[in-house]
Amino acid sequence: MRKRLYRVLVALIGALMVLLVGSPVAAQATETPPPDATAIQVTLQDEANKDAQGNPKPIPGVTLEVSKDGKKAGEGVTDDKGVATIVVEELGKYTVTLDEKTLPEGTVLDEDTKDKVTVTVRFQGPNNRAIFPIGVTAGEQSSFVKDFAQNLRAGIVFALVLCLAGLGFSLIFGTTGLSNFAHGEMLTFGAVMALSFDQIFKTGGLASVSVILAGIVAVVLGGLGGYVQDKVLWGPLRRRGTGLIAMMIISIGLAIFLRYLFQYFYGSSTHSLSQYNGQQREQHWYYLGLSLADREAIIVAIAIVTITAVCVWMAKSRMGKAMRAVSDNPALAASSGLRVDGVITNAWVIGGALTALSGVLYAMQLQVNSFMGMRILLVILAAVTLGGLGTIWGALVGSMVIGLVYELGPLFGVPTSIKEIGPLLIMIVILLVRPQGILGRKERLG
Amino acid sequence: MDILDILRAALQQALGPQAIVFALAAIGLNIHFGYTGLLNFGQAGFVAVGAYGLAVSVVTFGAPFWLGIVMSLVAPLVLAVILGVPTLRLRADYLAIVTIAAAEVLRFVFGSVEMKETFGGSNGLNGYARPFQQANPYSSGIDLGIISFGRNDLWSLTVGWILVALCCLLVWALMRSPWGRVLRSIREDEDAVRSLGKNVFAYKMQALALGGVIGGLGGMFLALKQASVVPSDYSTLMTFYAFAALLLGGAARVLGPVVGSVLFWFLIAGLGSFFSQSAGKGGWIPTVIMTDTQASVIRYIVLGLAIMLLMIFRPQGIFGDRREIAIDGR
Repeated sequence: MRKRLYRVLVALIGALMVLLVGSPVAAQATETPPPDATAIQVTLQDEANKDAQGNPKPIPGVTLEVSKDGKKAGEGVTDDKGVATIVVEELGKYTVTLDEKTLPEGTVLDEDTKDKVTVTVRFQGPNNRAIFPIGVTAGEQSSFVKDFAQNLRAGIVFALVLCLAGLGFSLIFGTTGLSNFAHGEMLTFGAVMALSFDQIFKTGGLASVSVILAGIVAVVLGGLGGYVQDKVLWGPLRRRGTGLIAMMIISIGLAIFLRYLFQYFYGSSTHSLSQYNGQQREQHWYYLGLSLADREAIIVAIAIVTITAVCVWMAKSRMGKAMRAVSDNPALAASSGLRVDGVITNAWVIGGALTALSGVLYAMQLQVNSFMGMRILLVILAAVTLGGLGTIWGALVGSMVIGLVYELGPLFGVPTSIKEIGPLLIMIVILLVRPQGILGRKERLG
Repeated sequence: MDILDILRAALQQALGPQAIVFALAAIGLNIHFGYTGLLNFGQAGFVAVGAYGLAVSVVTFGAPFWLGIVMSLVAPLVLAVILGVPTLRLRADYLAIVTIAAAEVLRFVFGSVEMKETFGGSNGLNGYARPFQQANPYSSGIDLGIISFGRNDLWSLTVGWILVALCCLLVWALMRSPWGRVLRSIREDEDAVRSLGKNVFAYKMQALALGGVIGGLGGMFLALKQASVVPSDYSTLMTFYAFAALLLGGAARVLGPVVGSVLFWFLIAGLGSFFSQSAGKGGWIPTVIMTDTQASVIRYIVLGLAIMLLMIFRPQGIFGDRREIAIDGR
């Protein structure tokens, strides 16, 4: 009995000592009111001064006074996190005054921010907030140039990816006259094949080069897909003399068929390739003041080399010349002894491969989704139409313009949530004013 | 596997509001594509402005209900004029691209965060359909044995099918008239019609406007039935489904789009029900081959394939006449 009493006594004294020693510190650091007390909470952050993660720095040690109807109702000082919680007794309208003299040196309120803010306390509890924007305008001003560089970079990468798909579309349209609505799905095909083979190679022990190998396989399969499409579907239709509009509707059926087939096997969620999924820290390269992540540098390099090769091939090689001849005038090309059907098959193979490559690069830059092709189809159409349907150089120029408009538009007032609008409106205007596109030849279209 | 269940689901959709919306959209398309040869790929845009014309004028601008109905008819007309003036001189496939782009632009604008005040953003608008619901004369639903409709659905269906019937009557009357014959001859040979002294552009414009307004009626009906308008309803898929319905029934036939739409939804719902019963727990298809979510996708795969096969082997659909299909552009 006595022993127990003694123990209790020791515990009590110990607790008291902890309280005595600990209380000043605790009181200063967190003057936390009971969580259910009604209070006004103020968080002060310097938006112009961000840390490495991009979070604004908190401003500690600032005195805030709360008053109601001219009478002082409470006072608080911001803590290390820049938060001050000031307990008030009842609901109602309060004025929170920030003591500017207690702000740290170099930090000032924004020009349009007053040191007094009116807060209506509506809720029991601490969730009544007063806001003092600090450094917001300064932060915005400095970042326009940064945003521009950022979007320009995204725009260049997107434009190049678009250009590959546009070249594919143009080759096929040029030789066959078909507006292929399943072109978006040919892009998705490249992306999902890259995804599948990426996983196969990774489990096969080739993790370090799996994306590159998968990309090569996907491009080859894309070309094969173009070949099969032409041999099984479009070739026989051409020989039957099916009209272009009928073929266009058939391509819509094919697009819906393929899109949901992809969704059947890959689901409707988004996947990433194993490497370059944006999670890893990447080395950055600097070109002309633009910083490119190494993934982006690879995309840009591959795209530029491929586009150049295709353009040179179209201009110089025998098959390239034949292709241009067929797209100029199929009947004349046939009567000059060209095997038109063979040329068209070639266009499908190369178009399929280019579009698959575009899909692979798009998957590297962003992610893989069953619906990615459908979303990008109208943008591809816009790019090709702008440059001039069926012309190679037109696809090139149109894609660059549309890609940049797509990414830079938001900086010049296009709402970010609907940035597809820019390319679509450009396409509509171009079709109305100059239906042959910037570089297309004039012909009677009406 | 319950065959009666599949039949029930299929019939419910085939006679239900979805079939009405797509029947109206397809009747409009029939005037564009079937009779005049205009390849309008933006029918979803006309349907959307029909729906939003009603919702925006009542909810956002506080107009009375009857004015909303009027606006819902005027809006597609305005869209037809805006689209038609510049585009009707273009080649068929260019017209298709412009109209599909215009419909998408409309959908993006209706769903945008920035225009939320006017169009309600991606959540859309609601709270305008009360006068329609109050006008309901039925006191109870109807039970037809295998399928049944509730009180509100029965009212919507009555109004909807009457609308469809009226539109069919209108199309039937118009297409026997000299005006309709001019439209058909434009489809066959525009230049020949022009050389006979007809103003081809004006005829095309009238056809575009009429078809657009009928499509807009579909939008108005959808808006009244759902009591809300949501931008995601009006994607390009809506246009393509309407096309599929039209081609299935047969273009350039008065009842083609209606039969097509009923059949389209019968097959879509029937296939959906069939595969959802077949896959997953208790189904005969093992889950390795098909899971529940995969089963819900199958019908769209079949749909895509069906559009292709239909267009290749029977472009005139069920009722159509092969000589009356405008599929040889250029």
